[in-house]
Amino acid sequence: MELSVFWMYLLVMFGVTYLIRVFPFVIFRKKIENKYIRAFLAYIPYTVLGAMTFPAVFYATGSFVSAAVGVMAALGLAYRGKGLFTVAICASLAAFLMSII
Amino acid sequence: MKQFIQGIKDGGAIGIGYLSVSFTFGLAAVSSGLQWWEALLVSMMNLTSAGQFAGITIMAAAGTYIEMALSQFVINLRYALMSISLSQKVDKDFRAGRKMLLGFAVTDEIFAVAMSREGEVSSQYFAGLAVLPYLGWTGGTLAGAVCGNILPKTVTDALGLAIYGMFIAIIVPAMKKDSRILKITLLAVAFSFIVYYLPGLRNISSGFAVIICAVAASAIGAVCFPMEEEQEGA
Repeated sequence: MELSVFWMYLLVMFGVTYLIRVFPFVIFRKKIENKYIRAFLAYIPYTVLGAMTFPAVFYATGSFVSAAVGVMAALGLAYRGKGLFTVAICASLAAFLMSII
Repeated sequence: MKQFIQGIKDGGAIGIGYLSVSFTFGLAAVSSGLQWWEALLVSMMNLTSAGQFAGITIMAAAGTYIEMALSQFVINLRYALMSISLSQKVDKDFRAGRKMLLGFAVTDEIFAVAMSREGEVSSQYFAGLAVLPYLGWTGGTLAGAVCGNILPKTVTDALGLAIYGMFIAIIVPAMKKDSRILKITLLAVAFSFIVYYLPGLRNISSGFAVIICAVAASAIGAVCFPMEEEQEGA
């Protein structure tokens, strides 16, 4: 990636993320009470992450099988309530071990 | 000053929690092709996990700037809701100038701690609260990025999975706890598979595909399972 392109990406990220936090903070006086909007905003983080993960995760390591093994490990550990770091590293480790077998 | 110190103390746990997440971000950023200082800058200027991970995914895929802007907008939309809630809770001295500076530090965790504080939130307290999380977030990113640079390619290839492992670690516990989130997230995943594999839809870029799937599923969720004030899952 060219440097100028990186700066442009960074600027866009920063601008959007900053404004979305600060603009409502400065402007708003009233709470959002609409139950539909509240629900929509509550679901968004999970639907975004879900759609971002699947099916792209199966192509993340260059091998469908090793990635699938990593996903299984991640799902199992996350279900048992392990932390982000543990899940991420164990998923990578599982995929790595699968790829060298 | 006392309030500032109290804020720093209250932010300690968040800072430590951020270390491991941002370390993973640093690793993932470098394995997706960023320089260590680029990863650090992204963390210094954004202070958000999901948004940053989406950001480096779009950079790696050479997505358009519009995609980048839209993805950040959609993913970080929840901060708008938090900022609105927070604006009800701050004291009178928390003026517009301070809001412009400190509003940058609204994250899921900082927001949660600030809102759980009894009475009003002063700008001193909020500034203190942001200190250690910010240091944890940027310091962890730097450490992860440097480690990622040192590790051999076979290892960083496998670490390409780390980012998704994190996503899974965020969504699975929430899905376990709340059946509405479970259903709506599965719906989003189903949409995502359809868009990915259905011929004719494949030329939609990945950034837009995610936005379309997430917005559609969340909108359906909002209609089927609206949320009253008290029962907010997130």
